[in-house]
Amino acid sequence: MKHVANWALNIAALRGASYADVRVVAQRSRALTTKNGKVGSASDAESVGMSVRVIADGAWGFASSSELGRGAVEATAALAVEIARASSRVKREDVRLAPEKAAVAEWSTPYKIDPFSVSVEQNIELLLKIDAELRSVSGITLAETNLNFNREEQWFVSSEGADIHQTKLSTGAGYAAYAFAGNEIQKRSYPNSYGGQWQNKGYELIEELKLVENARRIADEAVALHQADQCPEGKFDIILDSSQLGLQIHESVGHPIELDRVLGMEANFAGTSFLSIDKLRKLRYGSEMVNVVADARQEHGPGLGTFGFDDEGVAAQCTPIITNGLFTGYLSSRETAHTIGESRSGGTLRAEGWNRLPMIRMTNISLLPGEKPLSLEQLIASADHGILMQTNRSWSIDDKRYNFQFGCEIGWEIKNGKRARMVKNPSYSGITTEFWNSLDAICSRDEWTLWGTPNCGKGQPQQVMGTGHGAAPSRFHGIKVGTAFKS
Amino acid sequence: MLTQEQAGDIFDRIKKLSTADEVEVLFSGGKFALTRFANNVVHQNVAEENHVVSVRAAFGGKTARAFTNKFDDESLRQVVRSAESLARVQYADPDLLPMPDAREAAGKAGGNTRASETASRHFAATASITPESRAEGVKKIVGVAQRHKLSTAGVFSSAESIDGIFNTRGLTRWHTQTMAEISITMLGTDSSGWQKANSPYVANLDALALAEVAAQKAADSAHPREIPAEKYTVILEPAAVLDMVGFMFWDYSGMAILDQRSFLNGRIGTKLFGDNISIWDDVAHPLQTGSPFDGEGMRRQRVGLVENGVVKRVVYARATAERMKRSEYKDKVGPVEATGHGFPLPNEMGEMPLNIVFAPVGDPQSVDQMIASTERGVLVTRLWYIREVEPFEKMLTGMTRDGTFYVENGRVQGGVRNFRFNESLIHMLSNVEAMSVPVRSCGEESLDMVVPAMKVKDFNFTEVTKF
Repeated sequence: MKHVANWALNIAALRGASYADVRVVAQRSRALTTKNGKVGSASDAESVGMSVRVIADGAWGFASSSELGRGAVEATAALAVEIARASSRVKREDVRLAPEKAAVAEWSTPYKIDPFSVSVEQNIELLLKIDAELRSVSGITLAETNLNFNREEQWFVSSEGADIHQTKLSTGAGYAAYAFAGNEIQKRSYPNSYGGQWQNKGYELIEELKLVENARRIADEAVALHQADQCPEGKFDIILDSSQLGLQIHESVGHPIELDRVLGMEANFAGTSFLSIDKLRKLRYGSEMVNVVADARQEHGPGLGTFGFDDEGVAAQCTPIITNGLFTGYLSSRETAHTIGESRSGGTLRAEGWNRLPMIRMTNISLLPGEKPLSLEQLIASADHGILMQTNRSWSIDDKRYNFQFGCEIGWEIKNGKRARMVKNPSYSGITTEFWNSLDAICSRDEWTLWGTPNCGKGQPQQVMGTGHGAAPSRFHGIKVGTAFKS
Repeated sequence: MLTQEQAGDIFDRIKKLSTADEVEVLFSGGKFALTRFANNVVHQNVAEENHVVSVRAAFGGKTARAFTNKFDDESLRQVVRSAESLARVQYADPDLLPMPDAREAAGKAGGNTRASETASRHFAATASITPESRAEGVKKIVGVAQRHKLSTAGVFSSAESIDGIFNTRGLTRWHTQTMAEISITMLGTDSSGWQKANSPYVANLDALALAEVAAQKAADSAHPREIPAEKYTVILEPAAVLDMVGFMFWDYSGMAILDQRSFLNGRIGTKLFGDNISIWDDVAHPLQTGSPFDGEGMRRQRVGLVENGVVKRVVYARATAERMKRSEYKDKVGPVEATGHGFPLPNEMGEMPLNIVFAPVGDPQSVDQMIASTERGVLVTRLWYIREVEPFEKMLTGMTRDGTFYVENGRVQGGVRNFRFNESLIHMLSNVEAMSVPVRSCGEESLDMVVPAMKVKDFNFTEVTKF
């Protein structure tokens, strides 16, 4: 594929581009679902194409094509330059890129079992077995399961000499049980809601998740929620399980630290951020226990934000975002690094596919676990009165990322260190920095999970991206609970 | 752009490669370009061309689908092989129907539905928009921002697309469409305003007018004050109505009833909303867009979903209608027939109405008239990050954004800090005191619809944010 990229680079240079990079991408995916004892959907997809990103007359241009013949590739490169020249009609200053040593490298996701090598029959059998377990519980009215496998191979070359071949693999799986009765629909999901758990791994993830083993419990809980009391309303200490906390991190830390949002580039769609640049290294984001990193390196784990290089050829890095509660870093790119006084990009520019412009995306934005040994059960045992909330059901936050409200699938009222009763429709709300400053306990490494969020939307045209979020169950003091259901 | 003739040739090649009992091929894609601006400069400017072919193979009751964007012989051979090998290992589905032929797909007239004919939605003026002309449009918008001493962000996009379907029972359907869209946010130091519009015909878009309205909203909402979160009479502009009501239409589906995941379970035929709420799905409405056939090639019928507050019926894909006729619900859900709203098979969602049109009321009021008749309330430009909190009462949460104003004694009194709401759609549509003439509207969280502005009493704001 390198020759395809070189055709584009040559034309971009001939047409006067001062910088160009080319990505040739081949994506393959498989999606299998079941619903109430039947296969819901079964599909394979592949998509191949290339894109050219250029700077000409000091402005950006981008064009892409699914045609990889020489004529189409050269026309696409020429169009990118034409578009850049049009962009330059409405510019204030020239684009400048932070310097980056041109990498020549191969990188691929480590895995044990290629998910595409596992037969479809075996996968459907697994899903139907889970489905049967879920529906064996009286009161379950709808059971849904899913398996997803993705492979992306990318060749990246730039006019600066970068030449990177990278292959990423991801696997996802999950299921949900619904119970409809009276005027109420209750739902439980495993291992997480909205598609389950996703990681940059092979089929070994499916084997680790213990999907079948947990199905009966999940279905029992969905039915039991109908008999549970409504979650009380008021101010409580709350304990969030690691999957809900992963989404809390995503919405109230991951998005506000995107430097393009901070600089106003997302103002019309995804919004801006309360984290103006003057707050860097000054704002007390959270309590002293809060340490958050943006870590795309393999050693952080197999998150959906793990890679060798981002989509402008910058190597994966770990950036401290919150250090002992102090706000210390943003997600940046080669174009934006200088705005925060950095001489190098943080390496976070990614694109959904060959036909999309790379933009700043979360990598793995993770809350580091507590250093002292603390299990979830020990955390519960230490609480006089509080609410444990598990598995996200709804999520919403304002366009500057201050005010949020989350609903969870299930809650447990804790009294005197014990789970006193199940409660339904738990929800909580707050203001981002007040919330993170109320954190007073984090479970330790053995409770820490690197969750995958496969459906993060951003940009125009909107791009969907996978992000990673490591978290261990944590406790927050004096949080507003139940406002969503207050009459 | 892929032509119908080229697609027909690809279909013929696929037919020869396939050993399936039946084969269906869908075509989609086209050209898309978008100029994105922020801080009064263009910062992204993109173009793409892509076409995707998807092949559905069926062997008896077994079916599966595979996609590719490569049309060379080897890629087509591979996509046929993928679809067939996936299909062969399925369990036979007794509900899977033979593919429709052209006569069945044409649908029938009469009854509670009528066949729809759509006017052309392809305009050369939109298809020929260039990067230069988009840049010129952005320049005008930036000019408005600078005149008002504001910063602007937004997009100007254009697209030319195709949708096609061919099957081995002789069905052929083809649709082409163009679309231009302008979305503008104007930002002041502590306020913002927003406008968005789209149309198949670019001449229907007035960038300057949109920019002026967005700028005025930013100026008028400057220095927002905080007022308490409580129940208010709200005046929701059409984009705000759109993004709220869009959350209920997944439930107007026969499959959702069968799955018992719809808030309409047990409620069809009952009065759920106010007398002034009547809703149609009508792809042929002059302000609607999209293809006139569904994922199996069935003609989309015009369907009355809600009449004077009473939910009358839901929409159906072919197989869902047959399942419903055999179900315990068949006598409680209104007319049951394929309405041409199915998604491409196989899928687990069934169908959905995609072309919502709110019926006009006899005494429409403009937003200005609604303001003038409001003693104390809140004017809302746009809503954001709406999510379902509770599915059966359709309780939604979300935030106001980009122009939220306090109204008192019939006048806008200035901007207020943005609110979080927790509000039931059933409650909201039962409390509509006034509506404007329905207009084509587009937001960020729902499909484009033809909806009015609404004045709604007792809308439940629960929190205030910091700006």
